[in-house]
Amino acid sequence: MVFPFRRGTRRALLHPTGSSWGDLLFRAGSGAAGFAILALLALLAVVLAINALPSFRAFGFGFLGSTAWNPVRDEFGALPFIYGTLITSAIALLLGVPVSLGIAIFVAELSPGSIRVPLTYVIELLAAVPSVVYGLWGLFVLVPLITTYVSPALQGALGFLPIFQGQIYDRNLFTAGVILAIMIIPTVSAVSRDALLAVPQHQREAALSLGATRWESIRIAVLSYARSGIFGAVMLGFGRAFGETMAVTMVIGNRNAISASWFAPAQTLSSIIANSAREGAAGSLELGAIVELGLVLMLVAFLINVFARFMVWRFLGKREGGLE
Amino acid sequence: MKDSELSIQPQKSRRGLWIVIGVIAVAIIIVVAGALTNWFGLGTSPIQLNGAGSSFAFPLMSAWSTQYNALTGVQINYQATGSGAGINAVVAKNLDFGGTDAPLNTTQHTQNPTLLTIPESLGPVTVAYNLPGLPAHINLTGPIVANIYLGVTTKWDDANITAINPGVTFPSTSIFVQYRSDSSGTTFVFTDYLSKASVQFAAQVGKGKLVAWPVGSGAPQNQGVSNAVKGQAGAIGYVELAYVVQNSMSYAKIKNAAGSYILPDLNSTAAAAASSAGSLPAGNGDWSQVSITNATGSSSYPVATFTYLLVYQELNIYPSGMTEVKAKALVDFLRWAVGNVAQTAAASLTYASLPASVVTLDVTTIRTITFNGVALLP
Repeated sequence: MVFPFRRGTRRALLHPTGSSWGDLLFRAGSGAAGFAILALLALLAVVLAINALPSFRAFGFGFLGSTAWNPVRDEFGALPFIYGTLITSAIALLLGVPVSLGIAIFVAELSPGSIRVPLTYVIELLAAVPSVVYGLWGLFVLVPLITTYVSPALQGALGFLPIFQGQIYDRNLFTAGVILAIMIIPTVSAVSRDALLAVPQHQREAALSLGATRWESIRIAVLSYARSGIFGAVMLGFGRAFGETMAVTMVIGNRNAISASWFAPAQTLSSIIANSAREGAAGSLELGAIVELGLVLMLVAFLINVFARFMVWRFLGKREGGLE
Repeated sequence: MKDSELSIQPQKSRRGLWIVIGVIAVAIIIVVAGALTNWFGLGTSPIQLNGAGSSFAFPLMSAWSTQYNALTGVQINYQATGSGAGINAVVAKNLDFGGTDAPLNTTQHTQNPTLLTIPESLGPVTVAYNLPGLPAHINLTGPIVANIYLGVTTKWDDANITAINPGVTFPSTSIFVQYRSDSSGTTFVFTDYLSKASVQFAAQVGKGKLVAWPVGSGAPQNQGVSNAVKGQAGAIGYVELAYVVQNSMSYAKIKNAAGSYILPDLNSTAAAAASSAGSLPAGNGDWSQVSITNATGSSSYPVATFTYLLVYQELNIYPSGMTEVKAKALVDFLRWAVGNVAQTAAASLTYASLPASVVTLDVTTIRTITFNGVALLP
């Protein structure tokens, strides 16, 4: 019998457990690639830590709680930026998640096939738009629109809340949050839609056969089944909002202070890094403080990821326990 | 069935072969193209001088680069990375020359004593505002602007502002303060002036390329601040003259040390430089205290600055890339830049011409530049 294979293939088939040089090489190569990612992470952390050392020596853990950021006097603290990052991300989730879920439910459960496919393409296309484009659009279209119509209306209706009081700057926490909301909608809706589509058909049929309405069947059978996936999608969105730099820097107003009002300019961890990265000579306290901010950003992103995994794992555990 | 399954395999491996051939072909094309470029380049390789720094000087350096290339064939690459980055890069010997609006501070000068400071141009920083219906040039003073940037003065119809602008009716709108969010020589000059004008500003904010502003919002680059001011009625900001002219914005006359309200333009800027030119240090001296803000003289505009080029006195100190030919080209360019032709060209880009005394100082400095100890300019 003549095998139509070339030599290597034939030998591999004839000796399925044998270790040819090719196998070894392949294993070593892919292993090296796998470990490279660990090495990369370790190197990144080490280099950041080394460069942040001057600042860590000078301020210790007080860096995280201090509101001072004064390059003239060499005083640095991270609190205004942590605050700005958390508030903008929270606004983004508050505005973005309900819309994303609406999109996901419509696409996965309600829309006819003729709309579903183009809609899916558009959502995925939006997720691929570079953030600087959102930033430009935000700066020249969204900012004037919000400053002229939305913010004064909010202040008029909800002005008793401290977050809607005070002078309305055109670039502020609120506009940054809105831009971020728009930026996370494609990601969150695409991933939630996948989670909804993964729900077995018999779940829906069971709910409907018990006399549930369309909404009830989606709520009881689909959303609760897919909640770990949806939670994962929200966390992905949070991750994107958290680290987003370009678009936020353009619309947040860049003030290093904590203000109760959402209409005041602020600064996020990533925007202050982008703004001051050109400053500070090697080894200086200022550069140390900037790098330490990067370290804080990385650490918080890491914690969010761990928390998200933990929550997903907990949801999954519960659901499987409940079903079987 | 079995046969057809088997016959798939050779096709797959043939496809793999094509991929390998494709990759090799692309690699060959890249290598050959690189070699060809190098080969063609070798014959007529132009001398390249690399600089970076001050974004204030960028439009001028671009124009000079084009003009000088046409004249001599020497290619000058200048990147607007910001003054701070320019200083860092030239100290790290990654650049042939650096550009900065803020002089080296005393520490930087002590650590790099052979880095020469050569003022190559100068320009004013304007205080721009957005008040629809008001005159294009209202009167302001240093203490008033300082109070606005400290958050003490918050309304346009503040008594201090209306008192020095008789006949102008100000709206009672809030003042929206705008500043540079990135590290900037423009901020340095502006805060340098405000620190001289207001004791409280000096104590609370101080001068620097990045400072802790108590109020307002920040935008990157001159154009960012221009857009921010244009985008919000009641806004005030500081930008270089070229930007208010290009964007047709309103900008203030500022009261100078002699008590006159002066509009920023090339003449009032040159007057400010001329009034303090006598007290400038030598090229290898400590320039950290040099400032032409709040200059004396009845026609001097008070918020102006030199912009400097930073070059090493001995050029054969670079780890690689510096040759005697290149060093000579660098010195020739510097001499040309402070000369008549280049300085006249600068005026059309709203940069003021250097006063004659400063040109003389620069030429003296450039004559001290050496390669292996041998002076490059006779």
